[in-house]
Amino acid sequence: MEWINAILQGVLLGGLYALFAAGLSLIFGVMRLVNIAHGDFIVLAAFLGLSITTGFGVHPLAALLLVVPIMAGLGYALQRGILNQTLGDDILPPLLVTFGLSVIIQNGLLEVYSADPQKMNAGAIEIASVQLPGGLSAGVLPLLMFGVSVAVIAGLQWIFYRSALGRAFRAVSDKQDIAQLMGLNKAHVFGLAMALALGVVGIAGVFLGIRTSFDPSIGPGRLIFGFEAVIIGGLGNLWGTLAGGIILGVSQNIGAQINPGWQLLAGHLAFLIVLAVRPRGLFPRIEG
Amino acid sequence: MTVSASYSISRSSPASRAGAVIGIIALVGLVCAPWWAGRADMRLLSEIYLYLSLACLWNLLAGYAGLVSVGQQAFVGFGGYMLFALAMFGGMSPLAAIPVAAVLGGLIAVPVALLIFRLRGAYFAIGTWVIAEVFRLSFAQVAALGGGSGTSLPVAIVKSIASNRSMREATSYWLALGMAVIVIAVIYAFLRSRNGLALTAIRDSELAAKSFGIDIWRRKFTIYIITAALTSATGALIFLQKLRISPDAAFSVNDWTAFVIFIVVIGGIGTLEGPIIGVIVFFLLRETLADLGTTYLLILGVVAIAVMLKAPNGIWGFVKAKYNIEIFPLSRRVVEKNSKN
Amino acid sequence: MPDALLSTEALEAHYGDFQALFGVSVNVTPGEVVSIIGANGAGKSTLMRSITGLLKSKPEMVRWKDQPIGSLRADQIAQLGIAMVPEGRQLFQSLSVEENLIIGGQMGRGGPWDLEAVFKLFPILEERRNVASTALSGGQQQMVAIGRALMSNPEILLFDEISLGLAPIIIKTIYDALPQIIGEGMSAVIVEQDIAKALSVSDRVYCMQEGRISLQGTPNSLTREQISAAYFGV
Repeated sequence: MEWINAILQGVLLGGLYALFAAGLSLIFGVMRLVNIAHGDFIVLAAFLGLSITTGFGVHPLAALLLVVPIMAGLGYALQRGILNQTLGDDILPPLLVTFGLSVIIQNGLLEVYSADPQKMNAGAIEIASVQLPGGLSAGVLPLLMFGVSVAVIAGLQWIFYRSALGRAFRAVSDKQDIAQLMGLNKAHVFGLAMALALGVVGIAGVFLGIRTSFDPSIGPGRLIFGFEAVIIGGLGNLWGTLAGGIILGVSQNIGAQINPGWQLLAGHLAFLIVLAVRPRGLFPRIEG
Repeated sequence: MTVSASYSISRSSPASRAGAVIGIIALVGLVCAPWWAGRADMRLLSEIYLYLSLACLWNLLAGYAGLVSVGQQAFVGFGGYMLFALAMFGGMSPLAAIPVAAVLGGLIAVPVALLIFRLRGAYFAIGTWVIAEVFRLSFAQVAALGGGSGTSLPVAIVKSIASNRSMREATSYWLALGMAVIVIAVIYAFLRSRNGLALTAIRDSELAAKSFGIDIWRRKFTIYIITAALTSATGALIFLQKLRISPDAAFSVNDWTAFVIFIVVIGGIGTLEGPIIGVIVFFLLRETLADLGTTYLLILGVVAIAVMLKAPNGIWGFVKAKYNIEIFPLSRRVVEKNSKN
Repeated sequence: MPDALLSTEALEAHYGDFQALFGVSVNVTPGEVVSIIGANGAGKSTLMRSITGLLKSKPEMVRWKDQPIGSLRADQIAQLGIAMVPEGRQLFQSLSVEENLIIGGQMGRGGPWDLEAVFKLFPILEERRNVASTALSGGQQQMVAIGRALMSNPEILLFDEISLGLAPIIIKTIYDALPQIIGEGMSAVIVEQDIAKALSVSDRVYCMQEGRISLQGTPNSLTREQISAAYFGV
């Protein structure tokens, strides 16, 4: 019973990991850029949510209404101001610049908020639970987060494959030069992609902040979870990323069941096994 | 009647010859440091040599082999832990344990490389980070080595290095200096060889290099293993100096990757001279700014980004392009016989 | 030239240290069809890339309705009404046939060309509208590329080597449709290695050789010997 519960919790946790990964996956799909600071942006969003919650006295979930647009705006500015200049054939500049950003964000947050762990209080919803068949129970909040994750992924899929914006993303990703001949300003399109990705990061950050305690240093850990979810699930497939997140979450929880100190290692092990046996992931769509 | 000049291929230049002379003089001076430098200065110099080693190795990996790793701390920590384990449980003298740690580092790098070489570009980079995390978490599980809080090197083992403290400190110092010299010598020799030429070709154009029959995968793999081994040796020395090891210190991203990347980027990636300049700049900044704590790191981050955007070839890259000089004679030039050059 | 729609003035172009164009001056008047012929490496595609903004030039080197546009971004130039059917088709591989066409019209310039009109011109495309663009034959891909450029309702259409890699029968089909494509009032620049085809449809012709204009005139006024000499530079 404990095992089934652990697996269930792992599945719900997987939704959060998929949310971590979704923005990462989107950006790589559109502009072949991997943002090393991605996890730190998630933590930044969590702190942003914290400040809004305490500053305006609103519920953390309500803070989303501000966090998401702010993060999206930040993403657009970041892409057009800095990251667009790093794009090209060389992989070093985007990698090193986003690494530098990671250092800046972590230390900036340390300066402003100190290293103390924080957590956002979502009130009664945090302890509410729902009875499931088979004597299992699941928290309302984890269920809600999982549901939102699935909705976000479905939304991103819709944008990517059924909207004009998604067409622009795919065209610019396919052939930058030719896309410009269609009147698409690639600097602007990339900016919109990053805005969308950081908007999703905003949701992920607030969820993180409600779910666990956080501090400025946990960014890289979230990046790694997101990255592992993408690799396990397969590049270029957002639903695959959801599957990857779930596998990661379940592996971690099973590991924790065996020995609490093995939680993270179990997740890494699952990742390494997939890398060894199925390097392109379980449901790949594009080449790495 | 036609007069034709005869030509030869030469690698050295006035700058490289001057550099060689200055370098030898400086090296002699530094070797004699235990006689003219104070304890604190020697410790600082040792730290500089070890960071220089790490920077040169990271530069070989990223700047020449195109393998950008943000997980070299895996081998720094591994080397450190191997030193402690071999000395404490293997009955080895710490000095003998250093080369053994190097070999072990090279060995463990084999399965690591086989796994992460399946990833490319930035995903490869994050993969190296995951490996470092796995190492950190794994070593934190080993109770015999202090688990999560780490352990100190027993006094008896420390004393076995040399009979008195000043001898120990001199030994430590010479080991660090020796490490830097060996790393630079190995990299220099490698780059001067045909392997080095192949590496530069791969860096410049993988596709073209492949069409010449250069086996890309195997060369990158070899570089990765060699770098891992030497990084492990450097890590062993680092923690021999510190006399204490813990998972967080051993596998710290900040200490062993962020700072190293900063050094290489500022100095000039893909050049041998770059890390030397970078390490000087880094320590100058550290000595003047370190009191500022997080602000210091913020400044480093901003400077690294600015350099990457505006001067991606670093200080040496700028100088090299502007004045066309080379201290380490690596490139070949056509020289007219009987000319001044 | 006062009534030129599009003109280049002593245009130069470089790829790094390599100079590809040396003072090229061409012009197109409204409603005119101009062809540019030349061998491989003559600089024809470089000329097209410079005009469309994929290659940067000094502002006054390219003029549109007498305004300097040489330093504008490619997407800004597209907004002016300059469209190109690029060399090698260059369809978006992640997009279906229909999506390729739709994105061609994403500027919303308005005009006679829409999805329905393109399908009427090339009925086979309507049959295969949801197919991945890369799954089509070379000739069909060329139709998509042409349709995609038409969807932006341009004032001038640049065709960069549309017959390259296509079977003669397909080339004939496309060139037969050219009057329909260009229609009333649209100007066109046709870049070709196939001299006969180019001469058969154009009002004026330029010949390029090693980055320079080696010959220009109307098809009727030029002899085969002149063209041969200008083409091959012998």
